[in-house]
Amino acid sequence: MRASFVFSEVVTGLRRNITMTIAMIITTAISLALLGGGLLVVRMIDKTKTLYQDKVEVSVYLTNDVSSSDNGCVNDPCRTLHSALRADPAVEDVDFENREQAYERFKRIFEAQPELVKLARPEALPASFRVKLKDPDRPEVITQTYGGRAGVDTIADQSEFLDRFFNALNGFRNITFAVALFMAIAALLLISNTVQLSAFTRRTEVGIMRLVGATRWYTQLPFLLEAMVTGLIGALLAIGLLVLAKLSFLDDVLADPISAGVVRSVEGLDILLVSPWLLLVALGVSATTGYVTLRLYVRT
Amino acid sequence: MIRLEQVSKVYKTSTRPALENVSVEVDKGEFVFLIGPSGSGKSTFLRLLLREEVPSKGRVYVANFDVARMARRRVPRLRQSIGCVFQDFRLLANKTVAENVAFALEVIGKPRHTIRKVVPEVLELVGLEGKAERMPHELSGGEQQRVAIARAFVNRPLMLLADEPTGNLDPDTSQDIMLLLERINRTGTTVLMATHDHSIVDSMRRRVVELDLGRVVRDDARGVYGVGR
Repeated sequence: MRASFVFSEVVTGLRRNITMTIAMIITTAISLALLGGGLLVVRMIDKTKTLYQDKVEVSVYLTNDVSSSDNGCVNDPCRTLHSALRADPAVEDVDFENREQAYERFKRIFEAQPELVKLARPEALPASFRVKLKDPDRPEVITQTYGGRAGVDTIADQSEFLDRFFNALNGFRNITFAVALFMAIAALLLISNTVQLSAFTRRTEVGIMRLVGATRWYTQLPFLLEAMVTGLIGALLAIGLLVLAKLSFLDDVLADPISAGVVRSVEGLDILLVSPWLLLVALGVSATTGYVTLRLYVRT
Repeated sequence: MIRLEQVSKVYKTSTRPALENVSVEVDKGEFVFLIGPSGSGKSTFLRLLLREEVPSKGRVYVANFDVARMARRRVPRLRQSIGCVFQDFRLLANKTVAENVAFALEVIGKPRHTIRKVVPEVLELVGLEGKAERMPHELSGGEQQRVAIARAFVNRPLMLLADEPTGNLDPDTSQDIMLLLERINRTGTTVLMATHDHSIVDSMRRRVVELDLGRVVRDDARGVYGVGR
């Protein structure tokens, strides 16, 4: 097989249908960029989950009665609760936080809003046990065991909030994948259309090739490579788009949550790890589409 | 070289067979005219030899190929041993004369040094030396057909199939093309030419196979166009 011949055929073919080629590259790039974006969100969710995993706490708030009378947790019912929690096999660690400590923490959290701090009184804040779980995914154990016990007011479970947070991220990922899928269908049809168009504009060549005894590979490889080259360019463009999105937009928008430790940032490494998949998908899909189109629509 | 044994061909879209019980044998080095009115089966005859079609019945042998039964992947080998020329030349408008001829070799994977050697040789053989760099639209009809013949012959096929090669040419130019086909025939290449052109058939006095409604109605060793009808 003469590589130079096939290569020059590919270049001519792409140049001849330049508008279709560009449309094909753009749709491929957008659909792959969305796919890549979705994959990056998946990575971000995973990383953010591990970030929270060791921080998830269950707060067991004590009644006002206990909060005001038992500052050191030395009397019942506080003492009983404390030892019960310590002995609980599901509990990794438990800390008692009295009213004053709660107030200190409140002031720390809201130091940016002094008027809020001014309004708050230590008496308004309950004492609590801050419970760290061995298995952060099962906070309901604590709620079930200790809810309603003497001295317990309410039990707050951070994971409920986190679940909602991750649900939002998952939803975002699903939407990205859905849009990527629709764009991929458009890209697929465009590839198929371009291959047909390309085969049509070159029907004389192909006719002569068949007549003089060119093998099927010789007649069809240029079309296949054309589809694959556009797929490849589309994938490279998609990777470029992801890098651009990270640098110009994501880094800025997520700067605060990232520095606050709320979410993990998208690293260059993430994009690097996602890129081979995009290239693989692009080449695989364009080659398959090209091949199937040739089989269905172009006489051999 | 060519042998058709009781070949019939019925197209799906037609009830009347395009060819019916046709048996013809052509030896190596022969020059044969295939004549008959439109729709008589000449084109089907040629397409069967190239395996553009397979017969509904009967056997077709070309060179050493059992054409009707050969595997698809071997069809390119068959076609590499057959050169083809058409009424409408079928040149590539965006390639020069030399590139058009070289194309036939490039697409079957011939090495570049071979192409560089044989293309000028065959252009000289067909009388187009000095016109290698011309574009097809800069040439006369006769010259374009010479390019097509050069392209068909450059791989030194065992046989040359010509489908109305003079159909678009004036009588003088047609004569030149016939002289060229004779010259190619003298190199030992079998030539099978489908034509309507009375004067050419009458003046050449070669073997004539006449088809009518898909049947062979005449096979004269030294025929003319009009006799036997």
